[in-house]
Amino acid sequence: MIAPRLPRVGTLDAWRAAAKRLAAARVDPAEVEWGLEGEAAPLFAAPLDDLPEPTRALRVPRAFPDLARTLIPERTHLGLSTAYELVLRLQSEPRFLENRADPAVARAERIAKAIRRDIHKMHAFVRFKEQHGRADRRMFTAWFEPDHRIEEAAAPFFADRFGDMDWTIRTPEVAIRFREGALELVAQDGSRPDEGDEMEGLWTTYYGSIFNPARLKPDAMRAEMPKKYWRNLPEAAAIPDLIANARSRVAEMHEAGLTPAAPAIARGPAPEDTTMKMPAQHDLFGSQTLDEVAESASACTRCPLYSDATQVVFGEGPRSASVMFVGEQPGDKEDLAGRPFVGPAGQMFTDCAERVGIDRDDYYVTNAVKHFKFVLRGRRRIHQRPAASEVNACNWWLQQELQMVDPKLVVAMGATALHALTGNGAGILKRRGGVEQTRDGRPCLVTVHPSYLLRLPDEDLRMAEIEKFEADLRRVHDLVREAAA
Amino acid sequence: MGKMTLQQKLGILSDAAKYDASCSSSGGAKRDSRDGAGLGSTTGSGICHAYAPDGRCISLLKILMTNQCIFDCAYCINRRSSNVRRARFTVDEVVHLTTEFYRRNYIEGLFLSSGIIRSSDYTMEQMVLIVEKLRADGFRGYVHLKTIPDASPELIERAGRCADRLSINIELPQDRSIAELAPEKDGADIRKAMAGVRLLKDSADEPTFRGRRDRFAPAGQSTQMIVGADDSTDADVLGQSTRLYGAYGLKRVYYSAFSPIPDASAVLPLKDPPLMREHRLYQADWLLRYYEFGLDEITSAAPDGNLDLDVDPKLAWALSNRDRFPVDVNRADREALLRVPGFGSKIVDRIVKARRQVTLGLEDIRRMGGRVKAALPFVTARDHHPSGSLDAVDLRARYVKPKQMELFA
Repeated sequence: MIAPRLPRVGTLDAWRAAAKRLAAARVDPAEVEWGLEGEAAPLFAAPLDDLPEPTRALRVPRAFPDLARTLIPERTHLGLSTAYELVLRLQSEPRFLENRADPAVARAERIAKAIRRDIHKMHAFVRFKEQHGRADRRMFTAWFEPDHRIEEAAAPFFADRFGDMDWTIRTPEVAIRFREGALELVAQDGSRPDEGDEMEGLWTTYYGSIFNPARLKPDAMRAEMPKKYWRNLPEAAAIPDLIANARSRVAEMHEAGLTPAAPAIARGPAPEDTTMKMPAQHDLFGSQTLDEVAESASACTRCPLYSDATQVVFGEGPRSASVMFVGEQPGDKEDLAGRPFVGPAGQMFTDCAERVGIDRDDYYVTNAVKHFKFVLRGRRRIHQRPAASEVNACNWWLQQELQMVDPKLVVAMGATALHALTGNGAGILKRRGGVEQTRDGRPCLVTVHPSYLLRLPDEDLRMAEIEKFEADLRRVHDLVREAAA
Repeated sequence: MGKMTLQQKLGILSDAAKYDASCSSSGGAKRDSRDGAGLGSTTGSGICHAYAPDGRCISLLKILMTNQCIFDCAYCINRRSSNVRRARFTVDEVVHLTTEFYRRNYIEGLFLSSGIIRSSDYTMEQMVLIVEKLRADGFRGYVHLKTIPDASPELIERAGRCADRLSINIELPQDRSIAELAPEKDGADIRKAMAGVRLLKDSADEPTFRGRRDRFAPAGQSTQMIVGADDSTDADVLGQSTRLYGAYGLKRVYYSAFSPIPDASAVLPLKDPPLMREHRLYQADWLLRYYEFGLDEITSAAPDGNLDLDVDPKLAWALSNRDRFPVDVNRADREALLRVPGFGSKIVDRIVKARRQVTLGLEDIRRMGGRVKAALPFVTARDHHPSGSLDAVDLRARYVKPKQMELFA
C-alpha cells in the first residue's frame, strides 16, 4: 500500500509527479490510497520515495491532460484515484478513452462533468463587495463555497476578467488573492463574512424587474441556481416575494383589461422619418426620373419572387448612357447590397469591360429580372434560373429602363436577357457575337453571361472564353458609332 | 413629475426590456484584461450569472436607453399609446451601472435596446455614444446592441465596431402581421437592414493582405420573433427563420412567446404565453440547424402547420416515418443515428467512436448518456431487437405524459 499525500494548493502538479512514479512502477491502483496532506495515512503505507525515479515519460493521448486536470479537484479523492487508474491503463490500451461506454471512462466523465459544473457555477455566482482600496486601484472581496477543490482551476478566469482591480476570493479552505496583476493562492481556513455592498440594492431591483411574472417557472430556476447558492447571492433574497406575488401581478394585468388602441388623431402627427412616400406614377410617358421608377419598382409584387428576396435590385448608370448591358438577375450579394453586378459575376464583367476600355460612366447595367431567385440548401441560397413568367412580369421594368435611358446599343448577356429583349432566348451559343434587334427595335449585341465564364472548370477553356467575351465587348464602341450614324 | 432616482429609472427601463428573449453572451472574439489596463473579458461561451424565477438566464444587463417611443406597435409595452411611466438613462448612468455591476461579477456585459425617439438615426447615435463611452473607459466585457432598421450605414458601422453582437428584431413571422400590428415598421426594411449588417460583417471578416481582419460584431447578428400575437402557424415561423438564417447568416433566431403586458392593447389576446409552443419551436430550430432536418420534413409531421405540443418534433417525425426505423446503433451512419429520438449529436459522436472498439448494447448507450427509454422502439443493439413495437398503434401515447393538474388552473 502506498498513500501519496498531496498539498491543498498545487494538487495537480503533485498528483502528476506521484502518478508518474507509480505508473512507471506499474503499481496496481488498488494498492494506492490517495489523500491530501494532513490526512492520516494507513499504518503500513510505504513511502512514495521508495519507488524508483521514472526513467521515461508516460504516454497519454492528447485528451487526457484536460480530463485529469478536471478530475483532480473532486472532493472525495475518487477523482484522484480514477485519474491514476486511467493513466495506468492508457499505457497498455492507448485508445480506450474513446470508448465512452467503458465503465471507468464513464465514471471519469461523470466526475468531470460535476467538476466542470462546479467551476462554472463559481464563475457565475461569486459576488464581489467593494472594500476601501487605494485611490488608483479599487479593491474587492468575495466569499464562495464550492462543492469541490476547484479554487486553482477557477482562479485564472477571475484574473483574466478583473485585471484592473485588486481582489480576494475566500473559500472555507483557500484564499485566492490578486494584487497588482499577480495571482496567489494560499491554503487558509476561512469563514463567511457578514457584509454588503452599495450596489446590491440596484442589482436586486434589476433582478426583480427583469423577471416576467407571466412566465413563472421556479423549478427551472432552481435547477440552474440551486438553493445552496442563495445565501451568498444578494438578489436571492427577493425570490420568495417575486414567486409569491407573480400570480396576482398577472391577474392584475388581466383585470386591468385592455387599453383601446388610441384613435389615430390622438396618436399625434406621424413622425418625420416614417411618413409614407407617395408611389411614383406608373406612367410610361410622364416626366419621371429613373429614381422614381426605381422607387415604384421597389414595391413590386408582379411575380412571386418578391416574397423571398430581400429587395428589388434596379439598374444603375447614367440616364445618358449610350449602352445598356442586361444580365439575368441579381445574385446573393446583389440581393443583400441592393445594387446590380457587385457579386462575383459582376466583378468579372466589370474587369473585362475595364480591360477593353469601356468607361463606367458610359453604360447602364441592369438585369432582366430584378429579384433574386434561389433555393435554400442548408444555410446557403443557391441561384435558380427565373421562369419565363417571371421574366415576362419583370419586362415591365426593363421596358421602362429602355425607354428612359434610350441607349444606342443594348447588350444581352446570357439566355434570360436575350429572351427578355428579343422574345427568344434559345441557342445563345450559336447567336452570340451577332447583332439582333430588340422588341422595340434597338440594335442588340448578343453575348454570354459573365457567370458562364466563372463556371467553366477548365482553366484553358475559361481563358479562351474570357477572350471571346472581351472580343464581343470590344465591338461595343463601333456598334454605338454605327447606330448613331 | 419629480426627478427620478437611478433606482426608479432602472426599474422602469429593465421592466421595459424583459420581453426581449435574448440574453446570450456567447460567441465572438476572446478578450481579457490581464494587462491591467481595462476591465473585463469574453470567453467565447457566455455565463449565466443568475436565474430569475421565470427560469431564464440573466447574463447581461438588459435595459432600454429610453422607453419613450414614437412607434405604436400593438404588442409592445412601450408603444406610443401605452400609459406606462417613461424614463431615459443618461450616457453616464448606463456606463456606471454596467461597469459597477460587472466589477461585482453580476453580469457578462450590456444588452442595450431603446424605444425610437425623434428619428432612427438620432436614437441609434445616442445608443452608439453610450457603447463608445463604455469602450473608451476600458470596458472589455460583452455588448449586445439593438440596431434600428432605418439607421444610416455609418451608424451601423460604428455600432459594429464597439459591440460584440448586433440584432434587429423581425418582430413577427409574416410581413402582413408586421404591417397590421407594427404600422410604422416594415418587414422588407428589417430584412434590408439585416442584409446591410451581413455585408458589413462579411467585408470586415475578409482578411486584408496583411492577414488582419477588421472588428465588426464578432458575435454576429441575431433576431427575435414574437409567437402567439398573430395567427401565424409554426410552419410560417420556421419558414421565416430558415429564410433569415440562409440569407443573412444569423447566429440565432429567438422565439418569444407573446406574454400579457401591463396596459395591453385591445387588438391582442390577453392570455398566458404559449410557453410549450415556444419550446417546441426552439427544438425544431435546433433540428434545422444541427441535425440536417429539412423544413419540409418538420412541417410534414405537423399537418395543420403547427408542431405537436405533446411530443418533441424529432419524435413526431420518427413516429410518422416509422419505415426509416429501427436503426442499428452498431452499423448505421451518423445521419441515421441523428434521427433517433433520445440521441443528441454528442451521443451520436460517442457511439460512432466507441463502436470501433466494442459492439454496443443498451447499457453501453445509457452509460454514454443516451436517453435509452426514448430510443428503445427505434433502435437495434447487441442485446436489443424490438419486435413489432414500432407498429404498435399506441406508440405515440406511450410518450405522452398524462396531463397533470395545472398548478394555476
